[in-house]
Amino acid sequence: MDSENKMTAGKVFFNGLIKENPTFVLMLGMCPTLAVTTSAINGFGMGMTTMVVLTMSNVIISLLRNIIPDKVRIPAFIVIIASFVTIVGQFLEAYIPSLNEALGMFIPLIVVNCIILGRAEAFASKNNFILSMFDGIGMGLGFTVALTCIGLVREMLGAHKIFGVSFAQLAAMIGMGEGVTGWLQSQSPIAIFVMAPGAFFVLAALTAVQNVVRSKKEQRGEKTKIQSGCSHDCMNCGDSACEHRFYDPDGKDGAVGR
Amino acid sequence: MSELMKVSSTPHVRAKDSTARIMMTVAVALLPAAGFGVWHFGGKALLLILITVASCVLSEWLFCMIAKKKNTIGDFSAVVTGMLLAMNLPVSAPWWIGVIGGMFAIIVVKMLFGGLGQNFMNPALGARCFLLISFSKIMTDFSYVVSGGADVVSGATPLACLKNGDPVIVRDMILGTIPGTIGETSMLAIVFGGCILIMAGVIDMVVTGTYLLSFAVFILLFAGRGLDWYYLSAHMSGGGLMLGAFFMATDYVTRPITQKGQVIYGVLLGVLTGIFRLFGPSAEGVSYAIIIGNLLVPLIEKISVPAYFGKRKAKRKK
Repeated sequence: MDSENKMTAGKVFFNGLIKENPTFVLMLGMCPTLAVTTSAINGFGMGMTTMVVLTMSNVIISLLRNIIPDKVRIPAFIVIIASFVTIVGQFLEAYIPSLNEALGMFIPLIVVNCIILGRAEAFASKNNFILSMFDGIGMGLGFTVALTCIGLVREMLGAHKIFGVSFAQLAAMIGMGEGVTGWLQSQSPIAIFVMAPGAFFVLAALTAVQNVVRSKKEQRGEKTKIQSGCSHDCMNCGDSACEHRFYDPDGKDGAVGR
Repeated sequence: MSELMKVSSTPHVRAKDSTARIMMTVAVALLPAAGFGVWHFGGKALLLILITVASCVLSEWLFCMIAKKKNTIGDFSAVVTGMLLAMNLPVSAPWWIGVIGGMFAIIVVKMLFGGLGQNFMNPALGARCFLLISFSKIMTDFSYVVSGGADVVSGATPLACLKNGDPVIVRDMILGTIPGTIGETSMLAIVFGGCILIMAGVIDMVVTGTYLLSFAVFILLFAGRGLDWYYLSAHMSGGGLMLGAFFMATDYVTRPITQKGQVIYGVLLGVLTGIFRLFGPSAEGVSYAIIIGNLLVPLIEKISVPAYFGKRKAKRKK
């Protein structure tokens, strides 16, 4: 790897947050994304919980990467992730019971969240623990931002609320008259947006917006980089969604698969 | 389309059919039912129809402009979508229901998938179900002011009566002087419009016939009433069955291509409608049945591929 592509903690961090946002770009972790984003608070809570688990599991897996035998790495990863999910779940139950109730079944299901397993496999098992930690934080924050955005839009359209505060209450808070608050209260929200189809609509719309930004960037000549954690070993890589599979136009001698 | 036609092999027969012509025929065929709706429900129905059509046409025009595509409002399909959608709205619906419905039908269901011919679902029905799920209270409020009087009729629709076991008058259902959405009440006007379509050669009876027939058989078999013709005719003339069978299930884009496929499709729709009406929680199920049918069309096409001419059907290897 030449010096230009050398990963720094900051690069890895922002990579997860924006360029390789797990939800809008990598399309990972769709199950919690679609299921729990009925409100911004729920989305934020899910994102933060996942971030904590992801960061800790990334660090541990990265530290153990030379000890875990290759053939049993997936079970080993899952054991590590499951332990952290259990710890975090117990914490939530003890200190934020309301969030625990709202997320319900989806907290234990973090164990099988593709983002966590995906980052363990693609990044933490190949990089040192400091980079892995920042990767976890960045990816986790990216996930949190995405879920909060989806939750916010769904909440605003489907329930006329922002972070659990209704539009009418909001109008009253900034000193609007009876007429405005009454009118706001009488409007019926588009209920489909807090139901399952609404999640798909909002996710698709936000992904489309993100794609517009990305394609504009590419038109300006900024090339999409190879994904972080790339082992440059396409023969043994399982990432079938990689755009640079078996070919890297920026590489020294064209093809990557060595 | 015209560019494609020129490269076909001989012999060439020039037909005068074009998308705009067919769509205009459909719009004309919808006029009797729409006219009856306006007469029955009053001027507000006309306003709602106009708003919904305008919303559809404007959405398509705006989408084409923003996406820098060729303007396609000239093919009149947006007008038909708007009319069909408006006929599925209750007259008590506020004006913005028409606007939102039109935008959803055109932009989300049709244009985002590539425009007319690419949509996998009937745009008007997609929008109706979107509205029904989002604003269920508004969309099922069938109260209306009797024309020429001051009374508000807020009775349940005949289908709801049937579901609850209350008596219904089939004569009124055939004429259309009953509560319901703007365009669905008069079976007579819809069937008249359907006959115009059949006579003009725009639709044939394959989908419509199999749909109605299989629905009737399903009702006779599973309603638990034996050969109760009065009950059956109430089911046949109630709700959106005729509107769906003549105008929505026959949509060129969202029905199967081959005749065999169309028969499967029609029977499927009939059975689904029967299941939704008899065993579902709500009284009506035509729109959901057609939407589910639309989604299954690719699979139906797969099992109804015709054999090549002169080729025996290949035996499936086991």
